[in-house]
Amino acid sequence: MQTSTIKKPTYVSSRNACKLCAPLGASLVFKGIEGCIPMIHGSQGCATYIRRYMISHYKEPMDIASSNFSEESTIYGGNRNFVQSIDNIRKQYSPKVMGIASTCLSETIGEDIPALIAEYKDKNQDDTDLPLFVHAATPSYQGTHMDGFHEAVLGAVKSLAEEGEKEMRINLFSGFISPADIRGLKEMMKDFGVKYTLFPDYSESLDNPCWKDYHLIPEGGTPIEEIRAMGKAAGTIEFGTVLNKGSLVGRILNKNGCVSAGEWLQNNFFIENHNMIMPVGIEATDRFMMTMESLTGTKMPEKYILQRGRLVDAYIDSHKYVFGKKAMVYGEEDLVIALCSFLAEIGITPAIIASGGESGILKKELISRSLIDPEKTMIMAGADFESMREMAQEIRPDILIGNSKGYYIARELGVPLVRVGFPVHDRVGGPRIKHLCYEGTQELFDRIVNALLEYKQEHSPVGYKYM
Amino acid sequence: MSYILEERKKQIARVGGTVKDIDCGKVSLAGSVSQRACVFCGSRVVLYPVADALHIIHGPIGCASYTWDIRGSLSSGPELHRLSFSTDLREKDVVFGGAEKLRQSLDELIDRHKPKAAFVYSTCIVGVIGDDVESVCAQMEQEKGIPVIPVQAPGFQGSKKDGYKIACEAIFKLVGTLDKPTPKYSINILGDFNLAGELWILLEYYKKMGIHVNASITGDGRVDDIRNAHNASLNVVQCSGSMIHLAKMMKEKYDVPFLRVSYFGIEDMSDALYDVAKFFKSEELMDAARKLVREEIGRLIPALVPYKEALSGKRAAIYVGGAFKAISLVKALRLIGMKTVVIGSQTGDKDDYKMIQELCDDDTIIVDDSNPVELSAFVKETKADLFIGGVKERPIAYKIGLGFCDHNHERKEPLAGYDGMLNFAKEVYATCMSPVWKFVK
Ligand code: SF4
Ligand code: SF4
Repeated sequence: MQTSTIKKPTYVSSRNACKLCAPLGASLVFKGIEGCIPMIHGSQGCATYIRRYMISHYKEPMDIASSNFSEESTIYGGNRNFVQSIDNIRKQYSPKVMGIASTCLSETIGEDIPALIAEYKDKNQDDTDLPLFVHAATPSYQGTHMDGFHEAVLGAVKSLAEEGEKEMRINLFSGFISPADIRGLKEMMKDFGVKYTLFPDYSESLDNPCWKDYHLIPEGGTPIEEIRAMGKAAGTIEFGTVLNKGSLVGRILNKNGCVSAGEWLQNNFFIENHNMIMPVGIEATDRFMMTMESLTGTKMPEKYILQRGRLVDAYIDSHKYVFGKKAMVYGEEDLVIALCSFLAEIGITPAIIASGGESGILKKELISRSLIDPEKTMIMAGADFESMREMAQEIRPDILIGNSKGYYIARELGVPLVRVGFPVHDRVGGPRIKHLCYEGTQELFDRIVNALLEYKQEHSPVGYKYM
Repeated sequence: MSYILEERKKQIARVGGTVKDIDCGKVSLAGSVSQRACVFCGSRVVLYPVADALHIIHGPIGCASYTWDIRGSLSSGPELHRLSFSTDLREKDVVFGGAEKLRQSLDELIDRHKPKAAFVYSTCIVGVIGDDVESVCAQMEQEKGIPVIPVQAPGFQGSKKDGYKIACEAIFKLVGTLDKPTPKYSINILGDFNLAGELWILLEYYKKMGIHVNASITGDGRVDDIRNAHNASLNVVQCSGSMIHLAKMMKEKYDVPFLRVSYFGIEDMSDALYDVAKFFKSEELMDAARKLVREEIGRLIPALVPYKEALSGKRAAIYVGGAFKAISLVKALRLIGMKTVVIGSQTGDKDDYKMIQELCDDDTIIVDDSNPVELSAFVKETKADLFIGGVKERPIAYKIGLGFCDHNHERKEPLAGYDGMLNFAKEVYATCMSPVWKFVK
């Protein structure tokens, strides 16, 4: 099919958005700091909705406080709510860190959160167990949940990282990945025998074992000491090449800013930043491993050589089932870029690539890295699910790969959906889905192959027993 | 009890204890992780099930993303309500105004979907940036020839309850704008949202009695039915928290009387049928109701026996949105031998809490607008075996090893009516009797 002939209807309105709002991303990052409680400065609803949305995926308690704006705070400013809120949170939770994200509302009325924090600290000077404060400006009219996420990562690093004598240690900004993927990366760091800081680490705080008593602040999170030590690292690895560049597009008032945390460490503490796409697939993982080898001076452990070998073996065993299939891939920009890199290795054409993100560089990233054939691919930046649905009706993909919100499209088309990323609201185990490195790719690959096989088997007139 | 913030102490009581009047209807305390949502949420949940209306959220994207197809309100026909439309405001709209974007959005969406009406929700920042939503709506109403109703629901302007009121006012604008021939024994059902098809169970009961349901507001709702709602003889109101305001307005303007009912549990469900028969002063209807109740109960009671035997003596904690529902739950739990030890709601009022005080056993904890810290402490203290609540309470219960029953918008099993009571018993049984708890006890 000639993709160039397809007309894309353009709507002014958003119809079933494929993005979430910025404080959600920031809250996620705050959950990845040890002893931290997130607080959203704005009205109650935003915090409650965000909690609810995250609970349906992580299936974990999700305490996120709100400064709970009233009409009065909206007119006269929210500083009273701000102070009262922090006091109350401290009384109930005694956090070590307070992660504060703003909202559309508090930004619109011009709340100056850094100033409010400074004032609070000032007033409570004598208080010996004052928490640390981390802040992210997250008006959603400037960007998506991913912009909020990276803004909070940057905010935490800026306020906590300390410069010091360099030591053999690696910073890993792993981006918005699943708790299972984080656990995999931590294991790998251990296997390389290197000191590291992985941030944000919500692998435990958002995927906890069962408790006897309610834990006000769940265990886990990157320890504060380790975030501090980021300033002493020998190198930084940062997954994702779009990162928070989207919020630059959204901004008209303040055009500067928008460096990633890795860039910031490089600019300020002269730590070399190795920016790369998320390691999904063999080539991207190889690149990550090579960087690890050169940074640590250690060879890739035997375990990973075997994993890689098994993955190649699996690719070969199943290559015919996937070759030439057309996929619709959607989700956050950095995720779809990584998925495209992987799909290219196994011969699946990403016929539709869609993201709610609007960095303006998605297409460039895909083409300049030769991850796609522009002739065979429709790229939809700033897309919503209804536009995707309309496009899918014309292009008729064989499979959908993305979060659970695309299920209704898969259902209508009668094709399988392989659930990846966030959110997975209609299945259990979302936090345990693996995507990264050789092992994660293996799981993802098997799921894709099996989805296609199941489809074929169910549509076959014969209930066959062998493939 | 250091986990209870000083300012919240008056919102908590114990049956038989010293605090008699619970402080309620207050805004949530800053920094308390309230389980409540906002004004917008209140209006949205009430209006959302109107299936042939266009629902568009004017504001930044989050409020729309988080409410996309969020409730299990089923429709027997159109499903326009399941799409999430938003103006997705950006910084330039915030600076220069978003009214034009709203106009264009309405224009294209009304043309595309041909809805019977449009509801335009304005969220928090719209009021602040000063968009004249009213006049955009008026203009579109003229141009497109359908009602375009502004729902001014900025989240900060009160609580979820205020949102209910705003929704009632939006519906009220539709009521009385269409006259259809309406049969003799006609009622409107207010406050059932057709979660998991519950409304259809009720329709079946009323039909068997010979009663015509004129408009269901808003479960499986249709704009034209709502417009004709004033022609019914009676409003039957469930979930009074959300819909009583509409009933009162309809009483005043159209002289349609109303009844408060609950469809949950045997007693309340049966009363809901008897009360309607009584209202129409018809022996015929009453006989039909008696027959129906007899049949249903005759089937249900024996079916409940094994559940009651297994569950007898177990303890439950209830924390739900509306207090009226909580009251029905206490009774339904008794029916299967269970005792309520904690009961709370997000939006109960003084009368509700009084009723609860009278109904519940001594030492039951009563709480208004609670938070995870308190709830987890209460269930621990009272040694509850089961928690009944919504999505946000589920992980709290599970994490500390408690059974859970979803009594909120997302459930997929109907819990209303007689069959609903059986489903409820089954669900409680499944969660309380599962062998998995041995690993956490
Ligand atoms: S509080 Fe305001 S901005 Fe937040 S969800 Fe509610 S209406 Fe939207
Ligand atoms: S107002 Fe902004 S921060 Fe709040 S829910 Fe809506 S988009 Fe998100």
